[in-house]
Amino acid sequence: MKQPQRPNFWQRDLVEGKDLRELTTLNLGPTHPATHGIFQNVLTLDGEIILDTEQTIGYIHRAFEKIAERRPFYQIPTLTDRMNYCSAPINNMGWHMTMEKLCGIELPKRAQYMRVVVMELARIADHIICNTIIGQDAGATTPFLYVYQWREKIYDIYEEICGARLTTNMGRIGGWQRDWNPLVWERIGGILKDLPPVLKEFEKMLVRNRIFMDRTVNCGPLSGERALAYGFTGPNLRACGVDYDVRVADPYSSYEEFDFVIPVGQSGDTYDRFMVRQQEMWESLSIIRQALDKLDAMTDKTSIHADVPDWMLPPKEEVYSAMEPLIWHFKIVMGETDVPAGEIYHCVEGGNGELGFYLVSDGGRTPFRLHLRRPCFIYYQAFPEMIKGSMLSDAILTMSSMNVIAGELDA
Amino acid sequence: MLGFAVKTERDQLVKEAMVARGGTILQVEHERDLLCISVEKEALHDVLGVLRDDFGFGSLTTLCGMHFPGEELELSVVYHLHNMREGHRIRVKSRTAMDHPEFRTAVDLWPAANWMERETWDFFGIRFAGHPNLKRILNMEDFPAFPLRKDYPLEDPTRQDKDDSFFGR
Repeated sequence: MKQPQRPNFWQRDLVEGKDLRELTTLNLGPTHPATHGIFQNVLTLDGEIILDTEQTIGYIHRAFEKIAERRPFYQIPTLTDRMNYCSAPINNMGWHMTMEKLCGIELPKRAQYMRVVVMELARIADHIICNTIIGQDAGATTPFLYVYQWREKIYDIYEEICGARLTTNMGRIGGWQRDWNPLVWERIGGILKDLPPVLKEFEKMLVRNRIFMDRTVNCGPLSGERALAYGFTGPNLRACGVDYDVRVADPYSSYEEFDFVIPVGQSGDTYDRFMVRQQEMWESLSIIRQALDKLDAMTDKTSIHADVPDWMLPPKEEVYSAMEPLIWHFKIVMGETDVPAGEIYHCVEGGNGELGFYLVSDGGRTPFRLHLRRPCFIYYQAFPEMIKGSMLSDAILTMSSMNVIAGELDA
Repeated sequence: MLGFAVKTERDQLVKEAMVARGGTILQVEHERDLLCISVEKEALHDVLGVLRDDFGFGSLTTLCGMHFPGEELELSVVYHLHNMREGHRIRVKSRTAMDHPEFRTAVDLWPAANWMERETWDFFGIRFAGHPNLKRILNMEDFPAFPLRKDYPLEDPTRQDKDDSFFGR
């Protein structure tokens, strides 16, 4: 009797006209520790080779765009920091700057530099999360537990600035709600002093590590052309070799005065994405140093917001003791500030790409329409193409290196 | 500032080219931040193709829907295109009536449009002809409404205990 030949594991051989491959359907997610967020991938596997992926998202959709249509402008930052919660201050500042662009508010330089400092701290925190998780998924648990401490220390700074750690709601339209206290400056100094040796240790552990390189080099690669077609932005696009950075292309908050390098990769694989983020942390540290130098050199040591009484709450002591500030306070909190009608698109370089706000105002107390350009919603659709034909464990690494944040994905 | 001058010159060029296309362009305006053109529904795909191929707008930044209740052409789509090489952005708008809310898909121009169009379908009920997989993306598949249309209430309309006519819109 003729024995049927065993099909080659790697090939789609047809034996006597019959496909003898045994395909597996695997649900990766919605809640799986390796997806680092709530989204589902239905994988079709041949052995361990991924043939196809069906993505399901929307598990934590909270309708921010709809809610924003019923909220005074003043109350919208709390929605933005629930998007990319790993770098919430960037989202907050992005929204404030959108409003400032609409209303024509110009911030004093000191407040702008303070924004730069906090946005770069947020970028470092975001990249620490992403890069240590890449290490974790490749089997290196140490950085996740060790380098992560510095993310907590950055959160200590947020806490001292605004009272919150994760969902910061930091700053106000027109500047800052209050000046930073000495502890903030001290802690920023501490980060600048203590983080570089830790980053060096982190790099020593992973960058030329044979095991790490074997796992990440050529894992989930994408060409620059495909990345642009898929609307990639941020570190993921730069890893593919395209030097697009909103901070340079469309400078905001005085970024044009800073001297920094845009790191780019070549092959757009997991290793390049890791390295681009790693290099960006060094650049961010350098930007913070430059900002602190600029702040030191300034004669102005007090101004924290533009002269916009329509947006800045009066001091609490006055609100509790005098009529006029009380009226102003209520006027602002109830959203009675006049806003010009018009359309604005403003974007900032978020932790994982170009975070855009398309705001349409009809002059009312709430936005007529607010569309949020969430970078990971747009680039996550390239995931099936990036992992097709690779191993299941590579898909996990590719996903964590793309820095997909469920809150931003689903808005 | 040199960069700005070049930008406006380029904007001028795009504007002239678009105006030269005659009837398809309804309106060219310079909104406070960037050049903005309104296009007839039938010509939209054509114009997007020209912008991508002849003017280098190689990236689709966003695509979103809008709803203007009570107007003749109630629904609208807004595209933000980006020419990264030269640093220009442009906003392209088009509108459609409620009885046949359909545009041609832009997935053949930018694969990134795939999910953006699904999102627009999900929230506004605007269909995109030729889309490979036009189904809801963020809401559940049997969701009965298009929630970002203005007539969809944010709060439960049957609630009696809360009068928020003083708040919001």
